[in-house]
Amino acid sequence: MDLNPRFRFEGFVIGASNRLAATAARTVGESPGSAYNPLFLYAKSGLGKTHLLQAVGFLALERQGTLRVEYLTLEEFVERYHAAVAAGQVEAFRRSALETDLLLLDDVQFLAEHREMQAELLRVTEALVAAERQIVLTCDRPPGEIADLDERLVSRLSGGLLVDIASPDFETRLAILHRKVAERGVEMPAGVLETVAEVGASNVRELIGFVNRLIAFQAVGGGSLTPEAARALLTDELPAAAPAAKPEPPPRTSRAVPAEPDEFSSFLTAVSTTVAQTVEAWRSRVGEAVLRWQGEGYRTQRLEQLLLSEEIPDIGAELARYASDVEELRRLADEAAAFDPSASGQAVFHDPDRLEEARALAERVKQGVEPPPPPSKGLTFAEFVEGPASDAAVRAARDVVAEPGKRFNPLFITGPSGTGKTHLLHAVGNELIATRPGAVVACLSAQAFTDELVQALDAGRIEWWRRRFRRADALLLDDVQLLAGREATQEELFNLFNAFSDAEKQLAFTADRAPGQLAGVAARLTTRFEGGLVVELAPPDRTMRTEMVRRLLAARHVTSDDDAIDYLASRPADSARAVQGLVNRALARMDPASETLTLQAARVAVEGRSQRPSQAQAISAIVPAGLDGVIGSREKVVWDWPGSADRLIEELR
Amino acid sequence: MSLVNFTTREITCKIVYYGPGRSGKTTNLQYVYSQVPADRKGRMVSLATQTDRTLFFDFLPLDLGTISGFATKFQLYTVPGQVYYNATRKLVLQGADGVVFVADSQVRQLDENIESLQNLQANILEHGVDVRTLPMVLQFNKQDLPPELILSPQELDDALNFRALQSYPADALHGVGVFETLKAVASEVLRRLSQGGVGARRI
Repeated sequence: MDLNPRFRFEGFVIGASNRLAATAARTVGESPGSAYNPLFLYAKSGLGKTHLLQAVGFLALERQGTLRVEYLTLEEFVERYHAAVAAGQVEAFRRSALETDLLLLDDVQFLAEHREMQAELLRVTEALVAAERQIVLTCDRPPGEIADLDERLVSRLSGGLLVDIASPDFETRLAILHRKVAERGVEMPAGVLETVAEVGASNVRELIGFVNRLIAFQAVGGGSLTPEAARALLTDELPAAAPAAKPEPPPRTSRAVPAEPDEFSSFLTAVSTTVAQTVEAWRSRVGEAVLRWQGEGYRTQRLEQLLLSEEIPDIGAELARYASDVEELRRLADEAAAFDPSASGQAVFHDPDRLEEARALAERVKQGVEPPPPPSKGLTFAEFVEGPASDAAVRAARDVVAEPGKRFNPLFITGPSGTGKTHLLHAVGNELIATRPGAVVACLSAQAFTDELVQALDAGRIEWWRRRFRRADALLLDDVQLLAGREATQEELFNLFNAFSDAEKQLAFTADRAPGQLAGVAARLTTRFEGGLVVELAPPDRTMRTEMVRRLLAARHVTSDDDAIDYLASRPADSARAVQGLVNRALARMDPASETLTLQAARVAVEGRSQRPSQAQAISAIVPAGLDGVIGSREKVVWDWPGSADRLIEELR
Repeated sequence: MSLVNFTTREITCKIVYYGPGRSGKTTNLQYVYSQVPADRKGRMVSLATQTDRTLFFDFLPLDLGTISGFATKFQLYTVPGQVYYNATRKLVLQGADGVVFVADSQVRQLDENIESLQNLQANILEHGVDVRTLPMVLQFNKQDLPPELILSPQELDDALNFRALQSYPADALHGVGVFETLKAVASEVLRRLSQGGVGARRI
């Protein structure tokens, strides 16, 4: 709808009752989208809402001719929307609404009748405000009083500036009368307009009506209009046609009726304005803060709680406290990131309610006291199966735990893969922690040690990395053969070794070969390794394997007859891992309904068939037992000859 | 009872008119009452002696209807001004959200004004509330009397308004300044709400 050129700021009479509204409207017209958005003007009918609304549009166009200004009454807005829905072009409607630079929406009180439009208007308002495009609305009441209006829309509309226009006071009325009379090119005798202004009118349309009546009276009667006659004319105290015939003015005894404005209404208006500005504005303030911080990835639990509170909390202080907490979190996260880039992603740095934890974490990271990797909890002495093959190593490990750093430093455990070196190393670590609460034990593989060092070098925080390990009370490094060729790591380890050794802190290493045979590892390290105690873990013997099978089955809550255990233990296995593999195979083939592992089931699982149990058993039972310890590699032996019994008989023939 | 209840969506403000005897507290309420449209009129309760002195207190409930979705009610109370009714004054003052101090502008009443103001502060303190945080406005009533009998608003400000509160000259009998005062205290109370809990708690 086009703007009416009569409705410009130049033609708007400003008085005490509408000064705030006019100033706000002018500000918005001068720079749409940057000041009060949305601007919500409300007033009773005939007080100049539409005039101001259109004046905003004119002013904006005068300043920036290229702006897209749209003036619509709510009815038109609804009609357009319905037409768009009917044509299946809702998206086009939304796009066009969102391309508007300045949307002027008149008479939104009718929203109550169009519930589906409330959601649409909310969407449009939010999108326009977000895009810094201006929306100005007028209404005959504040948003909170529009019946059945969606709470979110109420808070959104109250979130910008809410201004009311009160009924004009005497001076404003007089100014409007002068303006209107001048527009008509008519002159009124002195005192007449003052009298009309005194008679009072609750809105401007009524005033214009008065002017029209006076002009008509003057035109018809031709006589000069006295103030008294005007008053009589307007308050209907005398027949309108008669005054000219009655020269003497009406007696002054009849009092001008509502000379004083309705004080209670004006009180009500004042309270409404204050409530709208304070109480509801408070909620939208918190709501906006929640959205803002959530958008930045922070948890807003605390602020959301505020919205639920029954009393108004100290909003300014709460928001300020939240903001300062977030500020501190940011600072902490930045500080932590300088040492460890991955630390800033921690959830505690995005939750102001966990500020204390965040502080502690940042402090730990900063001090390099983020503890080095601890031993794995599951690998303990209790879990370790001891036997003749591991006796020496286990005894040495227990001695180390009893007197760390003093007895055997370093302890160097060698042995083929799968014999339990890692388990024993971690068991030492766990036992050290268990017997010395608070002790920091670094227990990791040489590979992880190298990787961490590379990362630290990459991030330029090598000092932090060094501090991290130096604060440990014991350093247990697994698979040091992997250090081969890693010169920088060896250098760091060499320094750490010396520091630990000087401070009588325990060092322990494992490798798949003796220190002297570690290729690619500097002699200054290998000789130091040899300087402690080198012990060997041999592959598990039959007794150990039996115990391992027993434990593995017990851990899976499977009972078994001794034959089955004996059978599994008798199978060749040069490492704990191989034993575990056997047990797993047996369990996988077990009848799911049964809880007992039988010899038969074990054999089927391991050998892959069930025929001829007696011969198979004989071979399996004899051969491995006989070969045990003689043949080093099981890959070199064919264990399961298909139909070997038949073949033997055949050859005998 | 909280001042703004978001659960029941109610705003309830208790405003107490305080001041020396015969300063016009009841007159203020009567004028407000006279301006309330018939459909909103509650019952004004006035317990007065035969000589029209407030014996206990006046109570005027004002139901302002729904404002921004809140059922808004104002409760206006007066206290008996005479010195010997202090127990009643303390009782009425309990739970006040805002106070209008109605001073008598007559020169000869200045001491009574000061005494009453001190009494107000003492009573507020006894309720454990910091006087500085309680929304309060001053009204200099009886400004319609001949100038030689009264102090000007400026002089009264100098004598009574050491905390630089808003003050309004008034002629409560004819309604001058009554609603200005009420508007001011209402706005103070409501604004204090928006600033948060501090000071908005009831006495």
